[in-house]
Formats: sequence, C-alpha cells, structure tokens
Amino acid sequence: MLAYIIRRLLLLIPVLIGMSIVTFAIIYLIPGNPAQTMLGEQATEESLAQLEESLGLNEPLYVQYGLYVKGIVQGDLGTSLRTKNDITEEMRPYLAATMELTLFAMIFAVFVGVNAGILSAWKQNSWFDFTSMFIALIGVSLPVFFLALLEQWYFAHKLQWLPAIGRGNARDPIETVTHFHLIDSLLAGRLDQFWTTIKHLMLPAVALGTIPMAIIARMTRSSMLEVMRSDFIRTAKAKGAHQLIVIYKHGLRNAVIPVLTVVGLQVGSLLGGAILTETIFGWPGMGRYVYDAIANRDYPVIQSGILVIAFIFVLVNLIVDLLYAYVDPRINYR
Amino acid sequence: MKKRIFMLLMLTLALSLVLVACGEETGTTPDESDNDEGNNEETSGDKTLIFARGGDSVSLDPATTTDGETSRVTRQIFESLLEFEADSFEVKPGLATDYEILDDGQRYRLELREDVQFHDGTDFNADAVIFNFERWSDPEHPHHYADEGFTYVFYGNQFGGFKGDEDHIIESIEKIDEYTIEFVLKRPSAPFLQNLAMSAFGIASPQSFEEHGADVIENPVGTGPFVFKSWKRNDTITLEKNENYWQEGYPLLDTVIFQVIPDNSARFTALMAGDIDLMDGLNPDDVTTVEADGNLELYKRAPNNVGYLGFNTQKAPFDNEQVRVAMNHAVNKEALISALYRDLGVTAKNPLPPGYLGYNDTISEYEYDPEKAKALLAEAGYEDGFEFELWTMPVARPYMPDPQKAAEALQADFAEVGLTAKVISKEWATYLDETQQGLQDVYMLGWSGTNGDPDYFVNNLLSADAIPGGNRSFYDNEEVTALFNDAVEETDVDARDAMYQQALEIVHQEAPWIPLVHNTPVLAGSDRVINYIPHPSTSEVLTHVDVE
Repeated sequence: MLAYIIRRLLLLIPVLIGMSIVTFAIIYLIPGNPAQTMLGEQATEESLAQLEESLGLNEPLYVQYGLYVKGIVQGDLGTSLRTKNDITEEMRPYLAATMELTLFAMIFAVFVGVNAGILSAWKQNSWFDFTSMFIALIGVSLPVFFLALLEQWYFAHKLQWLPAIGRGNARDPIETVTHFHLIDSLLAGRLDQFWTTIKHLMLPAVALGTIPMAIIARMTRSSMLEVMRSDFIRTAKAKGAHQLIVIYKHGLRNAVIPVLTVVGLQVGSLLGGAILTETIFGWPGMGRYVYDAIANRDYPVIQSGILVIAFIFVLVNLIVDLLYAYVDPRINYR
Repeated sequence: MKKRIFMLLMLTLALSLVLVACGEETGTTPDESDNDEGNNEETSGDKTLIFARGGDSVSLDPATTTDGETSRVTRQIFESLLEFEADSFEVKPGLATDYEILDDGQRYRLELREDVQFHDGTDFNADAVIFNFERWSDPEHPHHYADEGFTYVFYGNQFGGFKGDEDHIIESIEKIDEYTIEFVLKRPSAPFLQNLAMSAFGIASPQSFEEHGADVIENPVGTGPFVFKSWKRNDTITLEKNENYWQEGYPLLDTVIFQVIPDNSARFTALMAGDIDLMDGLNPDDVTTVEADGNLELYKRAPNNVGYLGFNTQKAPFDNEQVRVAMNHAVNKEALISALYRDLGVTAKNPLPPGYLGYNDTISEYEYDPEKAKALLAEAGYEDGFEFELWTMPVARPYMPDPQKAAEALQADFAEVGLTAKVISKEWATYLDETQQGLQDVYMLGWSGTNGDPDYFVNNLLSADAIPGGNRSFYDNEEVTALFNDAVEETDVDARDAMYQQALEIVHQEAPWIPLVHNTPVLAGSDRVINYIPHPSTSEVLTHVDVE
C-alpha cells in the first residue's frame, strides 16, 4: 500500500511538468511579443523593456521556463498586471470561496446522490425508485444556469427564504483569517454569521451540485443493484442480518468503487461549472477571478488561475485513487 | 392524458420538495424564524447603503484610471478643486471656494478652503494641490510611478500632455499664499474649469504617498465625505463616514458598500430580495417591473452618451461620401430604439448629446428612406450593392445595451437596400485595439461624457489629431479639426458654441458616422433610499443621500 502511494505520488511529477509547460506556453501562443501583449498597444518602449527585463524575456526559453517553475515551486505565481498585486496573495480569498462552494456542492451531491441511489436500488421499481430516477434524469439534463435562476426566483425572490447573491451579509462582514467563511465565523465565535454563510451557500451549492448528484444517484443505483444480487448479500440476508447492515455495510462498500470514480470526475466538472454559478450568484470565486482576468488580458493571472485549477483537479484524482486502495483491499497495486 | 399532466405536476412538486429536503439533509434548514440576515436585514440603527454594480474598480487612484467603476468610488473619497452640481455638469465650488480668471483666460487664481483636513489628519492647502498636479504631470516626479505601470490618461487628454510636452497647457502652478494658488496657462483653455471638476483630479493627501508609495491605489486618502475602509477584490469596497467632514452635518450615511454583482439579472434579484439598496445597469426589460413594484424606485440618468456606427473612411467604398450618406438613409433608428432601448433612448443626429454646448439642433437628420438610399447607392455606382464587415462590440455598454442584437437589426436594414453586412464580434480589448488600427470596414461604438464639455466628445472622436486613437473612422477634415482646436482656446461661450455648430454641420454632411442613439441609462433602488440623484457622469457623490 505504501509503495503504491509513493508510486502514485511519483507519477504526479510528469503530470505536473506537463501542466506547467501548457500554462507557461499560454503567453507564447498568443501572437506577438508577450510584453506587448501584456501591456497593450499603447505601451512605451521603456515600460516594454522593463517588463521584458523583469519577466526575463530576454533569456533563452528554457531559462525562462526554469524561472517560471522555480517561482511556482516557491509559491510565487507572479504579479497581476491589472492590480499590481502578488497573485498568490490575491488569489487566496477567491480560492477559498470556490473551495467552500465546491465542497458544499459535493457534500450535497454525494450525500443525496448516494442515499437516493441506495434507496432506489433497495426499492427497485417502486414509486420512490421511479420518482428519484426521473428527478435524476431532469437533474442531469437541466443546465446549471437555468436551475440557478429558477432557484433564485423561487427561494430568494418568491419565498424570500434564502439570499440570492454573495457569500455573506455585506452589512456585517466576517473577519477574515482563513478566507473560509464557515471557519472564520466559527473562529470569531459568531454562530449567526456561520448560519448566514450556510444560507448563502445553499442555493449556489444546490445549483452546482445537482448534476453530480444526479449522476451519482444513477451510478449508485445501478452499482448497488448489481451487488445486491450477488451471493454474499444473499448469504448475509440468510444469516438474518439487519437490512440496514446488509445495505450499508456489505452492499455499499462493494458498490462504492464506481461511485468514487464518478465523484472524482465530478469534482473536476464542478470547478468548470463554478464559473457560471459564481457569475449568477455573485460569488467571488476562482471562476470570476479567471474570467475577469481574461476580460482584462491579465495574462499572469490567467496562467496562474488555470494552473491552480488544474492542480486541484489532479490532486482530487490522486485522493480518489488512494481511496480506492483503502476501500477495496482486493485491488492489487503492485 | 389528464393523468399524465397530473403525474408531471406531482413530479415537479416532488422535485422542489427534494431540493428543499436536500438542504435539510445537509443540516441547512431554512428556518423561517431565523431568516432575518441575508434578506431584508435590519440595520440596527446603522445607516448603511449597499450600491451594487457590474464590475469592480480597477484601482482607487482616480488619476491613473479612466473607468467609471473606479470614479464612482473615488468620488466619495477624494474631492476636486471644483465640483459638478448634483444633476448636471454645472461647475460649483469644491475644495476651491472661489476662482478668478485673469489675463484673458491664461491665468486662473483659486482660493482654497481653509478648514479642510485629509482623512489622515494632515492639512489640505496649496502645497497639497501643487503636489498632486506635479505628481500627475511630471514623469520625473518621485510619486509618478511610471515604472509601476501608472498612466495618467485623463491628465494627458485634458491638459494637452505632460510636463515638457509642447502642447501641455499648464505653464506653471504658483503658490500665492497658504490657501491661494494660480494656474498659469500657455494658452487659454475653455474647458479648464470643467476639467478641474473631473473626479480624475481629486486631491490626495501627499503624506499618503510617503506612507504607501505605489500602493496608494489601494490606500486612498482624500478629503471627501467617506473614508476608505476595506476592499475585497471583486466583492465589496467599504467606506465609512468621515467624522471630520468640512460640510457640517454631512454625510448622512454611516457606511457605503459598493458590491460587485456581474450579472444584471442577479443584481436585480438581489435588489428585490432586499440584499442591496441601489443598483446600476438595470435591463431595459426590467423597467416595467420596477415601476409596478411599490417598494422600488426607478432612476434615470440624463443621456450623456452617443452610440454610433462608424465608417472606416480610409477604406473603399466607405471613402465615398455618397455611400456613407446612402447608408445613413438606410438605417431605421426609431425601430432600433423601440426594440432595444424600450424607448429609453432618443435618436442621434449629432455626435454630442442634446443639451451640450455646441449641439446643433438645426441639423436635419437623414430620414429613414430605403428607396433614397438605393438611389444614392446606384448613383455612386453600387446598384448591385456590396459586401462588408460590420464589427460589433462583445459587451453591453451604457449607450448600447445589446450590441449583438443592434448589429443584427442594422444588418437587416442594410439588406433591405441591397448591402450584405457580415456581423463580426471580437473580444473587447482586441476590438478596441484593432478598430484603432483601422482593420474594420464599419464598426459600432459609443462614447460617454465625463466633464460635460463638447471638447471631450468631438476632439477625442472626430479630430484628425486623434488618429490613431479615438478617431476610429480616420475622419480627417482640416477645417473641422481647426474648428475643434480653436474652440478649445475660445473663452467666449457664444463664439465657442458657434464654432462647434459649424464643425458639426460639416461632419453631418460628410457623414463619417451614422449617429444612432443617445441612451438614458436606468438604475433602480429600494424606496428606503432618500435623496439619491444620479449624475450624468455616472459618478455621484453620496454626501446628501440617506436611508430610512
């Protein structure tokens, strides 16, 4: 197992190198001189020369790449052209906002998806099975923005239960320490702010999590159905084990492998879907950060944003792979 | 069949129930007894106003930016020597209480307000004013920060360049005494006072530059009614009441929060939910909703912009005046405005919005007449029409809420007279770059005023001196350019008015543009907001605004 983990970590290296080459190339794939591209047509000769100097553009390409990677390794993602701020520092609140939202969406998707899938399998061909699979079908087909607007209209505007936009109450800002509002509000001992944060999270998280939730539900159902027909389940049932134990202990453990794969992949798609959701819900996250950078041609931010998102994706896949090993000891990793 | 519909209804109901229930399962029940914060929250006596807008500020240094989202915030923090009236570009005293024009407009003497302090406690005086003007104008000044990428576009535009440039109009700034200064100009400048009132020339505390260096763009210190507190990028900028403000009893608000909500509809939803108090950029389609809602208020800004279709007059066949006039006759502006502007715009015949000095009302608009257009095209040798690229902006602008649809409407109009327009849209920065380089045939664009002076419109858009630059039609008429240049130096208002009118008549005849529309931007607010007056410049000071 340990050997597997180490091997899996070592495998990350070529992936990370590939990623860094792609993001490094972004700036060179755009026609024209990168410094000119960054500063625009009106740039003066001096500012061009200065930027070239500070970016090391006069060096050979491999030296430039080396400097770029060195920066990344040291946690230095460069400086935003627009705000002149350190990107690593600047990105932190956006990253936290996206992670909080994605995590919440994923919890929703996994919890509801897995349970709905299990219940559907358990009560196969029942009214519940039919309904939940129909909802899952709608869930997969419904565009995120449409569901988001629907939610806003119904829960924020019509019922006024939940806030329509933002991460928190702008009138009562949360003292930032980690930039994770759920954590920060608890650190400040402000349960009211914690609750406000959760309320702000609900609509965007449901909008974002609905598609993965639906996919997970369908996956869990079919996987469970297969497992429940197998001999060891019949044996467990015959031995008189409690139904819940049969389902959750024996059944789910064996059905969970394909579900895990789906979960891992969905986290990636969540990061993508977050851009739309963040726009509609005025959520100041990574999607908005990169989107704004694209609109303003802030190339260092675009580079870094993509790099970080890709890195998270890779990381999540790694975690999923490691979880396989944990969940299913039958798999031989040597 | 009925049974199926019933099933479908049941399923929809089930879906919404599940959505709610999902929330419960993750431990997040929307408890009705506890829904006070987030929606319609009480402000517990604290007077906070939340103003929502589509984009974030670029920086908080008004001198180094040109975007409206920056000046909207900096207006509250910094004050200029002169200010605009609440609802017009009429100049009134600001940090200068009085001014005197000497030597035929070559010398301006300003008396400064004596009881004013910057937010950092330092005194406002003649030295502070001189410091600011030198920082903007002198590339060698230690706080000019050109190597940090700071550019002073407004200063260069409005004052003819920078220290050392031939056209720079400020010869020197002299300190007469602690509270009196004199601007000595190289030549008279009619818009000089209007320029001084622009938010770009807000006076900043010299000490803040010593303290923060180039980081002043995030640490603004002025004399205005509100003090900068915090900036969460792309989210909120929070300002607090200036307790030592020189206007007795003002400001009325304790806190002003500028919140970014990029999507127009989401912003409107937030307003209806009570999460925000005021919003910019209301969709024209939502106007009727606002008007029907007793809790909401609709605000209209005076039209201070022009949306136009420009020809690249250097490219055939658009170098032919007759073709341009023919195409002017082909466009149905009325239909365009009623379809896309919900009748909030007025048709344009001048590059200047109505009400501006120099607006030429005697010009008779090219009427919509496809037959006449066809005849003119035939006369010019294009009876079979021609194909061209019609470039349109990728983003909504104050003068053009839906550029793509507008382009399609124009395309249909041109098709009617036998012209084939291929609509092309490019990414915004590329669009601006490439139109400036002249790669387009025909392009859509517009302009919004910032200081109420006609010079800011015409000189930037139609003067031969603005090639390359704002004159993306490459319209080069010596007489017109000379009239614009003379008018800037003419201090007699009537004579100046006549010069612009004359120039605009020539522009009308030669038709480098199809002027389309002067739009009235609309805002919406909650009825708890008191005394909010939208300014035509898009940036209003909130000193007198209050909330219930």
